[in-house]
Amino acid sequence: MFEGPIQDLIDELSRLPGIGPKSAQRLAFHLVKVPADEARRLAGAIVAAKEKVRFCRECFAVSEGDLCRVCRDPGRDPSVICVVEESKDQAAVEKAGVVKGRYHVLGGAISPLEGIGPDDLRVQELLDRVARDGVAEVILATNPNLEGNATAMYVAGLLKPLRVRVTRLASGLPVGGDLEYADEVTLGQALEGRREM
Amino acid sequence: MPVYKEQGIVLRAVKLGEADKIVTILTQGSGKVRAVAKGIRRTRSRFGARLEPFTHVSLLLYRGRSLDTVTQAEIVSPFTTVRADLGLIAAGETMVEAADKVAEEHERNVQLFLLLLGGLRSLEARPADPAAVAECYLAKLLSLSGFHPSLGACAVCGAAGPHASFSAGQGGSVCDACRGPEAGRVAPEAVAWLGGLARARLAEAGAMTPPFPVRREARAMLYGFVEYHLERRMRSFALLARQPESAPRPQPAAAL
Repeated sequence: MFEGPIQDLIDELSRLPGIGPKSAQRLAFHLVKVPADEARRLAGAIVAAKEKVRFCRECFAVSEGDLCRVCRDPGRDPSVICVVEESKDQAAVEKAGVVKGRYHVLGGAISPLEGIGPDDLRVQELLDRVARDGVAEVILATNPNLEGNATAMYVAGLLKPLRVRVTRLASGLPVGGDLEYADEVTLGQALEGRREM
Repeated sequence: MPVYKEQGIVLRAVKLGEADKIVTILTQGSGKVRAVAKGIRRTRSRFGARLEPFTHVSLLLYRGRSLDTVTQAEIVSPFTTVRADLGLIAAGETMVEAADKVAEEHERNVQLFLLLLGGLRSLEARPADPAAVAECYLAKLLSLSGFHPSLGACAVCGAAGPHASFSAGQGGSVCDACRGPEAGRVAPEAVAWLGGLARARLAEAGAMTPPFPVRREARAMLYGFVEYHLERRMRSFALLARQPESAPRPQPAAAL
C-alpha cells in the first residue's frame, strides 16, 4: 500500500479491463516518472474522449458529433444499410471500402447464454430507419458465429415484411488460406456460395 | 499424460484476450472440460468453425493446470441444420445451457453426453415444434440428475393422482392435504401433457403439440421446476419461451 495520489492512481488504473493490481502499479509508476506534459496529454485525451465521443443518432456508431462521419457524408447511398454488431466492426467493413451505403450498429448479438435478447439490441431503430428512409437493401454483416447468425436470422425475419432486399455476408475460405485445412462447415458454405466464372 | 484425446459437444465459447476463446466442452469420457482455443477468432485460424457451439468434435487436448488447451479438432457432426433456424437455435441453446449447469468438470458422465447428443440429433431432423424437444430433454435431464418430477401421484404422500396442485419445492404434483403455501393450482391437462412429454422419446416430442393454454401452463411448471432444482436461472428460457408462437421463422437458406 502506498499513500495519497499514487495509491489513488493505482486504484483507478486497476479498475480498467485486463489490468490487475500489479500492472496497475507498473503503469502508475511509469506515469509518475514521465515528463509532466506527457502525463497531461494522456489525461487530456481521456477527458476529451469522454466529453466528445458520442453515439451517432442515426446509426449508433461512435462519433464525434451528433452524426457520425458516414451519416454526414452526402455522397453515401442512403438506400443501403450495412448492419454490424459493434462500432469496431463498422471500422473493419469501412476499411474494405466496398460498402457505399450507411451503417447501423446493433450494439451486440443475440446470446441467450449471456442473457442478451433481441430487446437489448437496437433492432427497432433499424426497422424505423428502413421504413422511414426508403431503404432498398439491408446487408447483415454480423459475425459469422452462432450468435451473429442467430441475430441475422432474427433481423431478417423482421425486415422481410418491409419488402426490402436482405443480404448476408458470404462465408467461405479466407484469402491466402489452404484448402486442406478448411473445416467442412466453412468449405460447405463456400461451395454453396460458389460463383460462375 | 499431458496430451489426451476426447470427443465432445461444444457447449459455449467465451472470448479471451486478443484472439483466443475459452470453449466449454461436454466430453464423453472426461465430463465437462474448459479449454483454451488459441487464435480461434482470427479469420485464418486453423480451427475455423470446428469449435462453434453445438458442434460434435473429436479433440486432442493438452492438460493444463486450470485450463486445458485445444491442440487439434476434427468435426464429427456439425449440426448445420440446428444452426440455420432461430427456433432450433433457441432449443439447442437451452439444451447446452442445462447440460453446462449439470455437468461437473473432469467428472465422467456418459449418460448426459448421450442425452445431449440425442437432443441435438432430434433437432437436426427439423421437428415441427423444436421447443417441445428441448422441454422433453429438460425432463429427461431432471430425471438423470435425480430430480424427476412427480406428475401423477402426490410427491409427498404418494396418493394416486391426478392432483390439482403443483409445487417445484415439494417435487411435483401434490394433493390438497399435502400442498404447501407455494404450491400453485394447475390444470390436470397440463400435468398430463408434461407427464407424456417426460415419457416420450426425444425424436417424437416435436410432434406432440397440445392446445396453447395447456402448453403455456406446462411450460411454466417445467421451467420453474428446472430453475428450482438446478438452483440457477436459465438465461435461454427467455428466447425459448418465445418459440414457436411469436418469433419469426425465416427461411434458413436466406439467412445463411
